[in-house]
Amino acid sequence: MVDSDNFPAAAGGKRIDEATGTSTVGHEWDGIEELDTPMPRWWLWTFYATIVWALIYVILYPAWPLVNSATTGVLGWTSRGELEKEMRADAVRRAPIVNAIAATPIADLTAKPELMRAAVQGGSAAFKVHCVQCHGAGGAGVAKLYPSLTDDDWLWGGDLTSIAYTVEHGIRNPDHKVTRTSLMPAFGRDGILDAKAIADVVSHIRVISGQEKPSASATRGATIFADNCAVCHGAKGEGDRKVGAPKLTDAIWLYGGDRASLTATIDAPRNGVMPRWGERLDPVTIKMLTAYVYSLGGGEKSALAPAPMPAASEAKGPGANGQR
Amino acid sequence: MASADLLADPPPSLYEARKGVYPKKVDGPFRRFKWAIMGITLAIYYGTPWIRWDRGPYAPDQAVLVDLANRRFYMFQIEIWPHEFYYVAGLLIMAGIGLFVVTSAVGRAWCGYACPQTVWTDLFQHVDRLVDGDRNAQIRLANGPWTAEKIAKRTVKYAIYLTIAFWTGGAWIMYFADAPTLTREFWSGDAALVAYGTVAVLTATTFILGGFLREQVCIYMCPWPRIQTAMMDEKSLLVTYKDWRGEPRGSTKKAQAHPGAFGDCIDCNQCVAVCPTGIDIREGPQIGCITCALCIDACDGVMAQVGRPRGLIDYCTLDDAAAEKAGGVAQPIRKTLLRPRTLIYLGIWGAIGAAMLFSLGQRTRLDLAVQHERSPLYVQLSDGMIRNNYTLKLRNMETRPRRVEVSVTGLDGAQLWTEAGSREEAAQRVEISLPPDSVTPVKLFIAAPGKGPARQDFTIATRGLDGKERGDSDTIQFDRPETAE
Repeated sequence: MVDSDNFPAAAGGKRIDEATGTSTVGHEWDGIEELDTPMPRWWLWTFYATIVWALIYVILYPAWPLVNSATTGVLGWTSRGELEKEMRADAVRRAPIVNAIAATPIADLTAKPELMRAAVQGGSAAFKVHCVQCHGAGGAGVAKLYPSLTDDDWLWGGDLTSIAYTVEHGIRNPDHKVTRTSLMPAFGRDGILDAKAIADVVSHIRVISGQEKPSASATRGATIFADNCAVCHGAKGEGDRKVGAPKLTDAIWLYGGDRASLTATIDAPRNGVMPRWGERLDPVTIKMLTAYVYSLGGGEKSALAPAPMPAASEAKGPGANGQR
Repeated sequence: MASADLLADPPPSLYEARKGVYPKKVDGPFRRFKWAIMGITLAIYYGTPWIRWDRGPYAPDQAVLVDLANRRFYMFQIEIWPHEFYYVAGLLIMAGIGLFVVTSAVGRAWCGYACPQTVWTDLFQHVDRLVDGDRNAQIRLANGPWTAEKIAKRTVKYAIYLTIAFWTGGAWIMYFADAPTLTREFWSGDAALVAYGTVAVLTATTFILGGFLREQVCIYMCPWPRIQTAMMDEKSLLVTYKDWRGEPRGSTKKAQAHPGAFGDCIDCNQCVAVCPTGIDIREGPQIGCITCALCIDACDGVMAQVGRPRGLIDYCTLDDAAAEKAGGVAQPIRKTLLRPRTLIYLGIWGAIGAAMLFSLGQRTRLDLAVQHERSPLYVQLSDGMIRNNYTLKLRNMETRPRRVEVSVTGLDGAQLWTEAGSREEAAQRVEISLPPDSVTPVKLFIAAPGKGPARQDFTIATRGLDGKERGDSDTIQFDRPETAE
């Protein structure tokens, strides 16, 4: 046994502080010493309590990482399970509004602002998944490729019923009987018109759309237009939504309104295609997408051209209101 | 070497058990002041949620309500929205500076009188006295064996603790929902789970912190004593044992036997007996002293009995202590309280309060925030005009429905219409109905001639159409295709 008198020195200069009666820790920095104040006992109990808590937690919940997974815990709790629970709860929460949208004919949706708002929100989410690839974020379209859905110019109609029909049945689906379809001939490529005639038609179109001054070429083009184009695009170039023929007198050009673009279009038209979503999406989602596209700014209160749905009447199954 | 050293002496324990504190009952002006403060603070805490305040049919009628679900904070005639949270921040800053003022003037008065930990500890110590008797009886009972009487007394005491703790937790949740409704729901089992959880947690913390940890909270857990220690100076009031008057200590008997050899302190230990944190004030200023001044009451009572002047233990600044020790006199209390540092704190505190009141009076209750939609930036319309889309957030912060106008300046030939309208009805202005106390998102379409700068600043403004015009405006951009010029 070492003499207890030597203890303070052997312990590295520990001493009893006079004012508090507490031992110092034995270190000293420029005269500053630290008291070795004992911890309160309850702090120790709290520490033990956290250990007990941790043990219980490890038994109840996933804790130990293994090679490909982790211990599952007695309760079987998983974050994926939590997510499923929340998604189920959310489905229950949304059920009334989804059912109400399902029960409302698409044309009546604007009369119910609550439903319309919910449909637009749901449509906005679905649009980001299914539609932005072509039509762009916010339905802005892609210049010279895919039409903008936000403007006031519609190939096939911009009222709720027409939009719903387009979304459901698509455009130019060769294997679908009631799809929206039409085919502009390739006037140049197939030799229907020669290059000079096409140039004259382009002049005419640019005159009626206010982009060029009248010229001899345009006058010649007017005759060619009347013979070849007016049947779909109308005598004055006003377009025809029955066949998706665009209006040629306005400021909006899907494939470009300059001479080169117009010449290319008449030479070999694109005849754009859109999938029919009716076979991939449920009727409520189609209604929501319709409401969203309608809300982008160009929605029309009523169909401008009567019954712009080819073959809709002869098709028995799909109804005009977009329900199957 | 290490093993030999460890064997040398039993090392002191690393942990220290709590020493029981059994404060003795005392009476005096400070004790009565503490009673009053306790009564007022507890009444405010338990009573405030039950005060009604009529705000009309569209807002709750509870005077003070923190409506977390709807994100509103009501305080009498003031309603705070989430975007006005800086008022709450301002209140918190005022509370902080308020503590500076108090500390600068009267030292740790917050700790001694108004801190919830002090108030509830005081309350629980009264329960101890009620059930177990005064100090000596409490000590006897605590050290005695577990007899039937002790078990009965402990059961009753803890039951009272729990009841107080439960009411404390129960009162807390009343600030977050309509108090009468919540009370009904709480007892019929229909309240939200979070209400029961909150009450359970607060019951537990009140029971443990007030019933058992008590002064341990002040000494080990609370940062405020440490901050205050840094904020006090030689002009702050402290509860001080005037050792130059009291020392050397001696009983009255000894003093009679040796006149002039002893100071005023008769070493009766009453100041220690009444201390709620169990310290000996005669050891000088220390972190454990919450300056509740109960030792002043106790000592004054004893001094009166032995026929000596009061104030052997008294509120005193370090400067005054030095002056008195040197035979001088303390400066008048008014001068101590109204010193420049205190007045500057008070000035800052008052200025923040006045600024907040002023801005409260000036704030608009009709707010507009405009967001320019960026996909697409602009839309070519078939007649050659360009359309931009905007999302307006119209905040009607009044508790009544309003009809407002939205108009545009600085954009020639602009046509406005909303989702509900159509371009055929487009005009230079639109009218919108706003529900009470709400944010209404409005999709606004603005069409303007295609000829013009690619980016153009203009102003969208809103004003009330119901006689109270004051509204808000926002400057935002109109975009056109670069080629349109």
